[in-house]
Amino acid sequence: MGPETLIGEIRARLGPAVEGVADSFGDPVLVLRAADVRPALAALREPPFDYAVLLDLTCVDYAAGEGRFELVYHLYSLSRNVRLRLKASVPAADPAVGSLVGLWKNAEWLEREVFDMFGVRFEGHPYLRRLLTYEGFEGHPLRKSYPWRLEQPRIPMKGEG
Amino acid sequence: MSGFDFVATRLDTAIGWGRKFSLFHYPFVTACCGMEYMSTACAHFDIDRFGAGLTRFSPRQADLLLVVGTITHKLAPVLRTVYDQMLEPKWVIAFGACTVSGGIYRNYAVVQGIDKIIPVDVYIPGCPPRPETVLDGLLKLQDRIQRQKQDWRWARKP
Ligand code: SF4
Repeated sequence: MGPETLIGEIRARLGPAVEGVADSFGDPVLVLRAADVRPALAALREPPFDYAVLLDLTCVDYAAGEGRFELVYHLYSLSRNVRLRLKASVPAADPAVGSLVGLWKNAEWLEREVFDMFGVRFEGHPYLRRLLTYEGFEGHPLRKSYPWRLEQPRIPMKGEG
Repeated sequence: MSGFDFVATRLDTAIGWGRKFSLFHYPFVTACCGMEYMSTACAHFDIDRFGAGLTRFSPRQADLLLVVGTITHKLAPVLRTVYDQMLEPKWVIAFGACTVSGGIYRNYAVVQGIDKIIPVDVYIPGCPPRPETVLDGLLKLQDRIQRQKQDWRWARKP
């Protein structure tokens, strides 16, 4: 299956969930509706697409506009040796998207990391806690609105207030 | 010089000599500087030549704390606990730019120099420092230990 036919097949299968298609260094990029992320990825995991590996899951903060946070998913098909990138925008006011933990085990930590750093909620995640910072940390450090020099020490520091 | 001062000075020298050649170090290794620590400890550079090579992973059996690598705010309480658990007399070497000053990391996560948490005797700069630099820092610490005065409690204070 060539790249064009593959994209055609995916679009036919996912229907209106796909909002756009792009190309990045030879690998296809699909833009999804945020509400359809979980069912769309569940479909892509099954044959004939067979994207069995969730390589990465991360987020980008574009700081301005309605769809401020963009979630980025990287999939890989072992049987056909092709990659696929998916993007979905979520609003700044209440960023939330469906969790992938039921589909891929490694999504547990990846989603906790995105939650910790960007404050995006993953609905259906079994224990959405902070991963890299500690309980009691205020704010989400990779949001562009986080003050870039703000530190929140857990123990008192000498020579500081 | 009174007779007591003479004896105390000789004892200071003897104790300092003994201590500087029996440093048991606790390596608190967190990041890339750890590789430099390993090469310093291995045969080519051989930190043991200086009587400081016995690595103990128990703070109660170590008197030299080598803080090697980036210390984050999440980790800082652990470092402080390890330091508190070490018995006196104890010394601390800050190994690498990250422990000295936070290094290249000026952000929400990294402690901007471990002297904000615990006292430091010798700072070794560099990202990472060469093993020769580390050994130089170690020799400086041994020199300080040799010249350290004991607190003879019964001696007359000036
Ligand atoms: S000083 Fe440089 S080499 Fe050492 S831990 Fe920091 S970043 Fe790594």
